[in-house]
Amino acid sequence: SVQAHKEDKPQKLLEMNGHTPVPHSYDYDLIVIGGGSGGLAAAKEAAKYEKKVMVLDFVTPTPLGNSWGLGGTCVNVGCIPKKLMHQAALLGQALQDSRKFGWQFTEEVKHNWMTMTESVQNYIGSLNWGYRVALREKKVTYENAYGEFVGPHTVKATNKRGVEKLYTAERFLIATGERPRYLGIPGDKEYCISSDDLFSLPYCPGKTLVVGASYVALECAGFLAGLGLDVTVMVRSILLRGFDQDIANKIGEYMEEHGINFIREFVPIKVEQIEEGTPGRLKVIAKSTKGNQIIEGEYNTVLLAIGRDSCTRKIGLDKVGVKINEKTGKIPVNDEEQTNVPYIYAVGDILQDKLELTPVAIQAGRLLVQRLYAGATHKCDYVNVPTTVFTPLEYGACGYSEETAVEKFGEENIEVYHSHFWPLEWTVPSRDNNKCYAKIICNIQDNERVIGFHVLGPNAGEVTQGFAAAIKCGLTKEQLDSTIGIHPVCAEV
Amino acid sequence: GTKWGLGGTCVNVGCIPKKLMHQAALLGSALKDAQHYGWNIAQPVHHTWSVMAQAVQNYVKSLNWGHRVQLQDKKVKYFNLKGSFSDPHTIRGLTKAGKETIVTAENIVIATGGRPKYPTHIAGALEYGITSDDLFWLKESPGKTPLVYYPFILHLYEIIVYISLTDDPQDVSLECAGFLTGIGLDTTVMMRSIPLRGFDQVSLKQMASLVTEHMESYGTKFLKRCFPTKVEKLESKRLQVTWKNTDLGTEETDSFDTVMWAVGRAPDTETLNLETVGVKTNSETGKIIVDASEATSVPHIYAVGDITEGRPELTPTAIAAGKLLAQRLFGQSSELMDYDNVPTTVFTPLEYGCVGLSEEAAVQCYGSDNIEVYHAYYKPLEFTVAERDASQCYMKMVCLREREQRILGLHFIGPNAGEVIQGFALGIKCGATYPQLMKTIGIHPTCAEEIAKLHITKRSGLDATVTGC
Repeated sequence: SVQAHKEDKPQKLLEMNGHTPVPHSYDYDLIVIGGGSGGLAAAKEAAKYEKKVMVLDFVTPTPLGNSWGLGGTCVNVGCIPKKLMHQAALLGQALQDSRKFGWQFTEEVKHNWMTMTESVQNYIGSLNWGYRVALREKKVTYENAYGEFVGPHTVKATNKRGVEKLYTAERFLIATGERPRYLGIPGDKEYCISSDDLFSLPYCPGKTLVVGASYVALECAGFLAGLGLDVTVMVRSILLRGFDQDIANKIGEYMEEHGINFIREFVPIKVEQIEEGTPGRLKVIAKSTKGNQIIEGEYNTVLLAIGRDSCTRKIGLDKVGVKINEKTGKIPVNDEEQTNVPYIYAVGDILQDKLELTPVAIQAGRLLVQRLYAGATHKCDYVNVPTTVFTPLEYGACGYSEETAVEKFGEENIEVYHSHFWPLEWTVPSRDNNKCYAKIICNIQDNERVIGFHVLGPNAGEVTQGFAAAIKCGLTKEQLDSTIGIHPVCAEV
Repeated sequence: GTKWGLGGTCVNVGCIPKKLMHQAALLGSALKDAQHYGWNIAQPVHHTWSVMAQAVQNYVKSLNWGHRVQLQDKKVKYFNLKGSFSDPHTIRGLTKAGKETIVTAENIVIATGGRPKYPTHIAGALEYGITSDDLFWLKESPGKTPLVYYPFILHLYEIIVYISLTDDPQDVSLECAGFLTGIGLDTTVMMRSIPLRGFDQVSLKQMASLVTEHMESYGTKFLKRCFPTKVEKLESKRLQVTWKNTDLGTEETDSFDTVMWAVGRAPDTETLNLETVGVKTNSETGKIIVDASEATSVPHIYAVGDITEGRPELTPTAIAAGKLLAQRLFGQSSELMDYDNVPTTVFTPLEYGCVGLSEEAAVQCYGSDNIEVYHAYYKPLEFTVAERDASQCYMKMVCLREREQRILGLHFIGPNAGEVIQGFALGIKCGATYPQLMKTIGIHPTCAEEIAKLHITKRSGLDATVTGC
């Protein structure tokens, strides 16, 4: 049955397992469960090859009742609103800089949360709409319904009103993504918000406690402070786990120097409501991770950003035998995004040991479909995927962190080149002259090949993208040295 | 009468002040955007030239100082003297007062750069016009009379910048016109022929046109296919410019506060006495002829930078060439300067970054059947909420069509173009191919990721508008 496992031949497997074969005429060639970055990319690609495709997308409301349209996390409660609000914060800084460049206007400049949020939500609405139109144009059937497996090749779709329908398909793609995790302490679901709520919050969050040290936590804390709010970040242990720690600490330092309070080595144990309101007042009681010390604090809003959990436990995977990692909820797949059930595939944030990034999900989804329906053989290349953290001081990276490089190659076999730099645009407004930083990590034994790239500074994403392409081409230190810089830009450093 | 300290064009009257003033203009746009993002800024908002100019000039002076300190630290002797050749190994330095110092050397490097040209055939050009050499050091705005009051930005002054056909790859002129417009000055650009000559032209809808189209929608006025015939000073102290409109065959006049010439730069070689020592120059351009090792026709005399014939007029290439030369002379290196695939950026209001071949050059080199051009019109995410027009945000990649599909050239118009292009320049240095680029995952959400997603070819004729998400 190993052979049948490798081959995606539904008929054969069922016969071999002694089941009654399901009729060849399925309702659909492909049913995609989850209308996010990965799911939609795959669905649209499959439609190109004239396959009959259905997308089931459904957003279970947040504990506070919040929900959104088609498009998944990135579009609705992730990358897009995050970057726009980050931009709003950057513009606040630009306002201050502009005075030094000769611009004159009133001393007092205030930010209006509602104006920003409305604009952002309007833009997101246009994206939701755009997706619906795109699916329609490509003749992909879309249902706003919760999909779960009920038997081989069969899903049940339940819409908002509880109406259930059954659909069959030759193949399935699970792309259900993740949702924010809660602490499991008294008051968390009742009074705390998550990133799922933040970007459409119908009132200014006010004095905010951000719990967590993930990039979500730091990015949100960053822009909230940039908009003028009083922000505190409560961190259990280290910042940005999994990222280069040298850089993570620089990011934290920068945020602290720019007015964000950090409470390190504490975790909340209780959240109480002092006063209702929009926002209200909350009391947070926290305990030290290192002893018995208890502290209390009062905030208007508590934002939980302690991690995300895969939406894999309530979609009937047991009914079709798809194995998941019981501890993490993630789905292990082979290098062709195939689960242990040959006709069921998965892409995106729910994959075990893969990066939780929109472009990765999109790429994986597209290539998968091309392999299934267009005879292609390209597999998704998960190596050297670049990423950017949009904290107030942005961080772009590609390849190994310094720690993992040392671990993998040995300290004596790697060379780290680094430099602080002062963006020209920061000189006139006298902004920090020793905070921006760049480093590359080279493998001495392999011709000083660049195996890690890290830049901390403005427009880190724009800077990093091209370097990622170069790293994909096997960039060496020598080639880097012989490339002329564009002057004057940050990237030339 | 404008002068400046140690550091050369880039530091004093080029890249540095240009980018800072460009930044000032960008911040003006940011002020507008900020309102859409919820920032409440009370009107009126206006820009004061002297605040900006002083801040920029102070920073430049700190760089002059920094250079002097560095030379001192590295025990390089610095003479603030005008040098010329007495004989192949002897330089004669003169102070302003005429006091002479003689220095001899085993090796000599000429790096005198260039200076803006004046169209001396135009009456009044020299007396009344300024150039980029003066612009960055003006203490007061290049205009003095309040003209029109607009609710958001006070348009106070009127300036005209004239650019002619220029071989200058760095179109400082468009950059200046761009930031002058951005800080609220009423700016007109007069040009005899086509903008950004030497850059990508191909068809009307290409890089140079997109850049100027954007400037037009940004508020810069253009007088195309016109050339000035004279400049006169009026009693009001304003300047009257008379020009010929070659399209209509008419003569027109108008008055301005400032006239700035940006008609190209000429190498600063006249007073060096090069003929005496036998250093050959190009008779047309006046630039010094050098070989691949930066040597002139006289073996121990070298030249680097803007003054050398056939080299890009860019700071980073001059720096690299200079360093490598020193390493070859004294450091046992044999590495020559590689002038291929040098990336560059024009810092117009909507920036244009590029590396490698232009589309025409690629067609000329390989034939249009052998190249593939991928392109896209995209919209930066930040423009959405700000309700900014992204019609000219465009990118294209020129590749070889055969097997490997090596990337020959990359062109990008949009915000932060320099930051975007830099890393890709490295990729091209590594011989990047289209398939390799397609394997590179994008960073989301950025503008640069669209480069890694280019897939629509010009050949297909399909609509090249892409949506981010």
